[in-house]
Amino acid sequence: MSGGYYVPATSRWPILASLALGAMMVGTGIKLVYDTGTPLMLIGVISVMTVMGLWFRDVIRESMSGLYDAQMDRSFRWGMGWFIFSEVMFFAAFFGALFYVRTFAIPWLGGEGAKGVSALLWPEFVAHWPLFNPPDSAVLGPERVFSPWQLPLVNTLILVTSSITLTVAHEALKLGERKTCKHWLTGTVLLGCCFIVIQGVEYYEAYHHYGITLEAGIFGATFFILTGFHGVHVIVGTIILASMLARIWKGHFANDQHFGFEASCWYWHFVDVVWVGLFIFVYVF
Amino acid sequence: MAPKLPPQHSLQHSSTAVAGGHSQHGHAAQPKGIMRWLLTTNHKEIGSLYLIFSLVMFFVGGMFALVVRAELFQPGLQLVEPEFFNQMTTMHGLIMVFAAVMPAFTGLANWMIPLQIGAPDMALPRLNNFSFWLLPVAFTLLLSTLFMPGGGPNFGWTFYAPLSTTYAPPSTTFFILALHIAGISSILGAINIIATILNMRAPGMRMMDMPLFVWTWLITAFLLIAVMPVLAGVITMMLMDINFGTSFFDAAGGGDPVLFQHLFWFFGHPEVYIMILPAFGIVSAIIPTFARKPLFGYASMVYATAAIALLSFLVWAHHMFIVGLPLTAELFFMYSTMLIAVPTGVKVFNWVTTLFRGSISFESPMLFALAFVVLFTIGGFSGLMLAIAPADFQYHDTYFVVAHFHYVLVPGAIFAIMAGVYYWLPKWTGHYPNERLAQCHFWCSIIGVNLTFFPMHFAGLAGMPRRIPDYALQFADFNLLSSIGAFFFGASQLIFVLVVVMCVRGGKKAPAKAWEGAEDLEWSVPSPAPLHTFETPPVFNRTHHHD
Repeated sequence: MSGGYYVPATSRWPILASLALGAMMVGTGIKLVYDTGTPLMLIGVISVMTVMGLWFRDVIRESMSGLYDAQMDRSFRWGMGWFIFSEVMFFAAFFGALFYVRTFAIPWLGGEGAKGVSALLWPEFVAHWPLFNPPDSAVLGPERVFSPWQLPLVNTLILVTSSITLTVAHEALKLGERKTCKHWLTGTVLLGCCFIVIQGVEYYEAYHHYGITLEAGIFGATFFILTGFHGVHVIVGTIILASMLARIWKGHFANDQHFGFEASCWYWHFVDVVWVGLFIFVYVF
Repeated sequence: MAPKLPPQHSLQHSSTAVAGGHSQHGHAAQPKGIMRWLLTTNHKEIGSLYLIFSLVMFFVGGMFALVVRAELFQPGLQLVEPEFFNQMTTMHGLIMVFAAVMPAFTGLANWMIPLQIGAPDMALPRLNNFSFWLLPVAFTLLLSTLFMPGGGPNFGWTFYAPLSTTYAPPSTTFFILALHIAGISSILGAINIIATILNMRAPGMRMMDMPLFVWTWLITAFLLIAVMPVLAGVITMMLMDINFGTSFFDAAGGGDPVLFQHLFWFFGHPEVYIMILPAFGIVSAIIPTFARKPLFGYASMVYATAAIALLSFLVWAHHMFIVGLPLTAELFFMYSTMLIAVPTGVKVFNWVTTLFRGSISFESPMLFALAFVVLFTIGGFSGLMLAIAPADFQYHDTYFVVAHFHYVLVPGAIFAIMAGVYYWLPKWTGHYPNERLAQCHFWCSIIGVNLTFFPMHFAGLAGMPRRIPDYALQFADFNLLSSIGAFFFGASQLIFVLVVVMCVRGGKKAPAKAWEGAEDLEWSVPSPAPLHTFETPPVFNRTHHHD
């Protein structure tokens, strides 16, 4: 295990990725502030995705030509593990905001406790959750909220099932039953797509029949930032799993050496766990 | 006071580690010129890029500080508009924190961690290059906000909502996006450092054999991965409040401006330890070297660092004592903050005990390290004063706070960085820095830093508020001294640049083991360290190390 750690010579992808990300951010900023700049933003987004694809292609090629040893495999494992931890903390910020608002900010606005001075600003405000009537009447709250036992429950079942099907696919890969793996992985990708479609339907309903919008006070804000970022992660996860499916079709991955596949599984399970948290704290309670 | 001459036999302990040979295979023709720096995956080159970037930004941030000090030289408004003054205080803080101090430590980590643990490079070399090149993109964007309509960020480096949302200039969206890029850079850099430390150590090197600089960086990297995403979350909420009509920080919609402060300081307090823990590591390397004694209490240093890091998650609201927290919260955060003095005290006493009966010499790295111990401790004590909630009601947002955090960041973090640079320059360049000029830099810096920041304690205790371009007449003398000190300190840093440039170009040749008392693995490779080191892992023999 000595002496074999692969240090790539030089690479043009990192600098190009930096520039692409910069273009994407500047384009987004110009779009948001001056309502123009869409082309730059799109060029940025497409460049980021292209460079990522090319970068991963290099890594796959190096891996398949046997340049990576067990130590490199451990580097990838630590890297992916800590990356997921950073994602956990990203969602923790939004969950923290939700808990803070529900436990402290809104009761205080309603006059609870010695620190409820903000009650003086809006004397008629009554604290409740979901917040249908925000303190200032200029802010329209949601008209009603989703029952957790309809679409959200369906989506919960879909995502939990998808974690199971993914595990079956992974076990099949480990046993070398690639055909079984393809079937179950295809099922997982389809379940991911179903989730995204249903979430899209829910967003449509939210805007058109429930009055849940980004502007609908703190309920709308926390609802959309939590479900929105989760939804983005499902989309990314589905794309990742689809690329794993493509790689299996191309004959990639050994029975005992397939960290790319494993990392995708870790990511998908993480996204699943976040959803369970969302289901409990955004929809049920 | 003559510098201690390097030892004649530089590899007395050569059996403890064998430097990897400089093999040619596998390294195809390197690109030349600028492309070499754009495409590099080498930890030493990327480390140098980080350090150079940080030095440039140190001067940019320093210029902003000098605009502030020039305006405050006398009472009354004379040089700049209050609006521009606010942009200068804000940008000074942002640049120094995110573009000067943090990249400097990451640069040192890049250079030294692989050398100190016997690794051929960082664990993920391409990602390493990406982490660096995000920084020029991020800070070009951030600095460009100064030229946008409505000016740049003007709400302080803590960017409290609603100043940074409802009442912010239009450029704030760009500020947020720039900070997102810098945050991605920090997270990826930290992931790389953790993977390197956990996975790339030389065979035989246990965790408790690692030099403290490696330990402190391991813990710092954990803090970065834990809190930079929270910063990303809070600025995303700002972005939504500004551009999409959400009410996160607006009580009219059921949100809360205080929520911003909680989220910000949940990031912000670990962030200040991110800027000091690697400094502890550097000082813990330098003091034993120049006291010619092993570090006293190695294990307790490790545990104290971990304790400080864990406590840093439980103290954030001590920045918010006057926003109207419940009494229980005031008490909890007051006591938890005071608790940090215990592990910090362990460290200070360990450094002092390391010095006790050592054969001490006072080369420039040691001078900076000793100044660090004394002046950082002063900053720590003023921090304890601020931790007392009822007293903080008086000190809050005064120049006392400014004095406090500049004592821990300038003679704290920045002195430690400079100590580290003087300490490791022989390893990087193969030459000793000019000791006479370095000592001149040290004495000018220490006079400048105290002249600048010591009077601020008194101005603050007397009630001078921070972030205001004008002040009452009774603060005139203190401010005069601070401004003279600031310009003197700023000018002194040109000596630092001179020393570094001279050292890169030439100077007295340094052997592999450049300092007589230096024991860590980096001193077993030649000076200057060849581009590729430890391609064959060295065998680490722990008998010469701790315990």
